[in-house]
Amino acid sequence: MAASVLFDAPGPATRMRHRMYTAIASAGIIAAVVYAVVKLNNDGQFEYGLWEPFVTPDYLSALILDGLVDTVTMAVFAIIGAVVFGFLFGVAKMSDHAFIRWPAWVVVEFFRAMPVLLMMFFVFYMWFISVQGSFLWIDQRSGFFTVVIALTCYNGAVLAEVVRAGVNAVPKGQAEAAYAIGMRKTQVMTIILLPQAVKVMLPAIISQMVVALKDTSLGYAVAAPGLTRVGQSIYKEFHNQVPTAIVLAVLYVGLNLLLTLLATWIQRRFVGEKKIDVVSVAAGIDNDRGGPV
Amino acid sequence: MLDNLDEFFKGFGYTLALFLVCAVASLVLGTLLVAMRVGPIAVLRSLAAVYVSVVRNTPLVLIFIFFHFAAPIIGINFRWVQVHIGSYDFTSAFATAFVALSLYTACFVCEGLRSGVNAVPMGQAEAARAIGLPFSGVMTQVVLPQAIRASVPPVASALIAMLKNTSVAAIFFLAEATATMRGLTNDYSSQRIGIFLAFAIGYIVLVEIVSMISLTFERRWRIA
Repeated sequence: MAASVLFDAPGPATRMRHRMYTAIASAGIIAAVVYAVVKLNNDGQFEYGLWEPFVTPDYLSALILDGLVDTVTMAVFAIIGAVVFGFLFGVAKMSDHAFIRWPAWVVVEFFRAMPVLLMMFFVFYMWFISVQGSFLWIDQRSGFFTVVIALTCYNGAVLAEVVRAGVNAVPKGQAEAAYAIGMRKTQVMTIILLPQAVKVMLPAIISQMVVALKDTSLGYAVAAPGLTRVGQSIYKEFHNQVPTAIVLAVLYVGLNLLLTLLATWIQRRFVGEKKIDVVSVAAGIDNDRGGPV
Repeated sequence: MLDNLDEFFKGFGYTLALFLVCAVASLVLGTLLVAMRVGPIAVLRSLAAVYVSVVRNTPLVLIFIFFHFAAPIIGINFRWVQVHIGSYDFTSAFATAFVALSLYTACFVCEGLRSGVNAVPMGQAEAARAIGLPFSGVMTQVVLPQAIRASVPPVASALIAMLKNTSVAAIFFLAEATATMRGLTNDYSSQRIGIFLAFAIGYIVLVEIVSMISLTFERRWRIA
């Protein structure tokens, strides 16, 4: 419902009142901003020395290369794993055989209801504390794969629900027609249902990418690489906690807004306005962003 | 694991306490934000929109880092918080977690409530205006009661996410459940799997309780 339906077009007296409220609110906001700036200035937070690392090429390249790239790589690995996990368990949850359906249900519920951080600690202590060497180009001791595995399990469980809701959103007649021309269950699922479901699921998957991207910062707890760790080493060296927090926030918010734009574009291009709600709501995730972290 | 049941329950005691106070705070703040977002004052509308999209896109860890490491430097600290109830100490670690989590979750609560407002049929507000109700009347008598019913599921999922997010406080020196698990797995490394399962089940039980409460409300408040 558009906000404008909630109130009448204001008359002269109300317009006056609204102008007054606007003035008061603006004054309040401006006062708050000015206060914050003055306070930061008095504390010397705008001194060049504190911001210098962010204009020095060496630190900047560390921030972008080691930070941003590692963060994005972790998120990409995690989301690829999560999509595979989600499809496997989402389809398994819809199986006709109880001995496949119930274990899949247990696995999905287990990973969905558990904090990612708990999972991360567990994976770290069980496994990565003792491994050596590197996998592909990534040092296995760095915590990189701890983050990837934990995020794969969590986001995979969420995507399993998305897959299930997406398949259920495909009109029933599609499956019926496929059975009628003699397809097997596997064929119906892989040739008829999943391709149509994927289209509806795309925006939900991208929203989940935002969640994964934000959650990579939990790797802070297991000393995984990424923006948060680079930020940590910068503020430990320069004691510029406030500027670092601001710069990191800007980087994360920028990345996520880009992803959100992508999701909106895909939704318009492939889905249309309405249908996405079916999937997100049925999967129990918030409209445009998964609830979690 | 069985020998350390008291630590287990103490950890979850902190988790539960943090969850309860943050739930109240984020519900109140989220309601304020949504009132600003749908209200007639354009400045407040955009202020709330900016707040929600910035905070929602920032990782929770970063918000914790801000309040834990950055804010004390510019004079925002919670060292004055010294509440001791029984064997529980609510000090600056708890207060930091409370502030960070509430500010963060309020955004998701706001979005949940807003989707509820959007779910109310347009005719309801038009009819309310037609019988002469002002904005406050339209909101409190007609739209909000229906919006709150419709937004039970998304707000509940925001609160469930927040319950799981209390674990982030473990990194920042609060001895809640996840931190307790980390401690125990260090001390009893041979029983890691058992310890992990026990704590995972603890969280799952809490999550199920919250979602059961939300289901009850959803059923009771369902519009015929």
